Amino acid sequence: MSETVAVIDYGMGNLHSVASALGKVCDHQVLVTSDPAEIARADRVIFPGVGAIGDCMGEIKRLGFDQVLREQVASGKPVLGICVGMQALMSSSAESGGTECIDLFAGNVDFFGNHLKGDQGEVLKVPHMGWNQVHHNDHPLWADIAQDSRFYFVHSYYVQSANTEQVMASCHYGVSFAAAVGRDNVFAVQFHPEKSHTAGLQLLHNFVRWNGQS
Amino acid sequence: MGLAKRIIPCLDVDNGRVVKGVQFVDIRDAGDPVEIAKRYNEAGADEITFLDITASHQGRDTTVHTVERIASEVFIPLTVGGGIRSNDDIRRMLNAGADKVGINSAAVHNPDFVKAASDRFGAQCIVVAIDAKQVSAPGEPLRWEIFTHGGRKPTGIDAIEWAARMSEYGAGEILLTSMDRDGTKNGFDLPLTSAISAAVPIPVIASGGVGNLQHLVDGVTDGHADAVLAASIFHFGEYSVLEAKTYMQERGIEVRL
Repeated sequence: MSETVAVIDYGMGNLHSVASALGKVCDHQVLVTSDPAEIARADRVIFPGVGAIGDCMGEIKRLGFDQVLREQVASGKPVLGICVGMQALMSSSAESGGTECIDLFAGNVDFFGNHLKGDQGEVLKVPHMGWNQVHHNDHPLWADIAQDSRFYFVHSYYVQSANTEQVMASCHYGVSFAAAVGRDNVFAVQFHPEKSHTAGLQLLHNFVRWNGQS
Repeated sequence: MGLAKRIIPCLDVDNGRVVKGVQFVDIRDAGDPVEIAKRYNEAGADEITFLDITASHQGRDTTVHTVERIASEVFIPLTVGGGIRSNDDIRRMLNAGADKVGINSAAVHNPDFVKAASDRFGAQCIVVAIDAKQVSAPGEPLRWEIFTHGGRKPTGIDAIEWAARMSEYGAGEILLTSMDRDGTKNGFDLPLTSAISAAVPIPVIASGGVGNLQHLVDGVTDGHADAVLAASIFHFGEYSVLEAKTYMQERGIEVRL
């Protein structure tokens, strides 16, 4: 029987893209679902997210997905967070007037600010939108992805990990921030792998074959 | 090392068919937006913008199916503009697989729509499209106004003030088209682009007038655009996306190659 990948649907954002990108890189059964039992049965879990973190965390807590997610992580199955899905795994975020998050990773989510400057003093637009270079470590999810490959980002808040050992990749836009964090069977990325063409599809390819060990 | 300037081919689609003509050499069905989008995806385009010029409701259903088909084949961001008037329209397009929607006339008729849309779906997917035309006489300080209905209807609204307001209302990006330059191949309206870019903290996509690769460079260096959009130079095979990026990189612009 083929494996299943659950994409958690808590009513925020475009999950079609994630599902169709997974369909491109594997024959696993992809379930876009909000059913905790279905998520628990899946072999792998993807936790996406777009929009404001206050709304996302509101829905996550209302539907009990913080607890569901903790259980999935504890079960040892591979879990991948994407974009606001990554931010929601941190301790807290400055967005939406300050938001308590799921706290699987120590660290905060901060605003790029309205006066972000580049290395030459040029004004940088916020949101950080477009293709930026990602400097990664040797985690198996980076297999066959060239160092400093470009991935597609769109976000106004960025992750500052409190634990450098959990930073799996970094990116620079006015400030240096965590483009990916990971520990044990959990990996999370700020960019959108499903929208990052070859490099992004490779990362998803690596995720659906990952044994959950770093 | 840093964020790349984006190159965005634009498809004008009417009732599920690309119009304005596309002349790729070996595409059997030259008018199929899915085939063309796939081609640009493989050629290294950074995003694709799909402009729906369909007027009928029936045509809109076709558009949704076309977006679905593109989204399952194309793994770069997809923006859909044209006829977006309500949160329901946005929800439909996002569900079909669009990453962003372009809002134009509906924002002019009801600016609060942009606020509501941004609150509901997040600024990252709200692109406000502005069609601007120069209204100052020669010798006067430059001034541009926004026009709706494909540039036919004046609104009396100052383009720079409008862009700043839309950014405050939660737009994540501005798609700026110069009506004076659109279709001329004379290059972007650089004073307009640069004025809008300086007036808003969000990214600006320059559009209208690209006739050669130097125009793309000028849009970034003189117009301070964060992304450049073009249709005909790519559709007619005059230049490939790769040629455009190589040309820009040789002139010191950071691109994704």
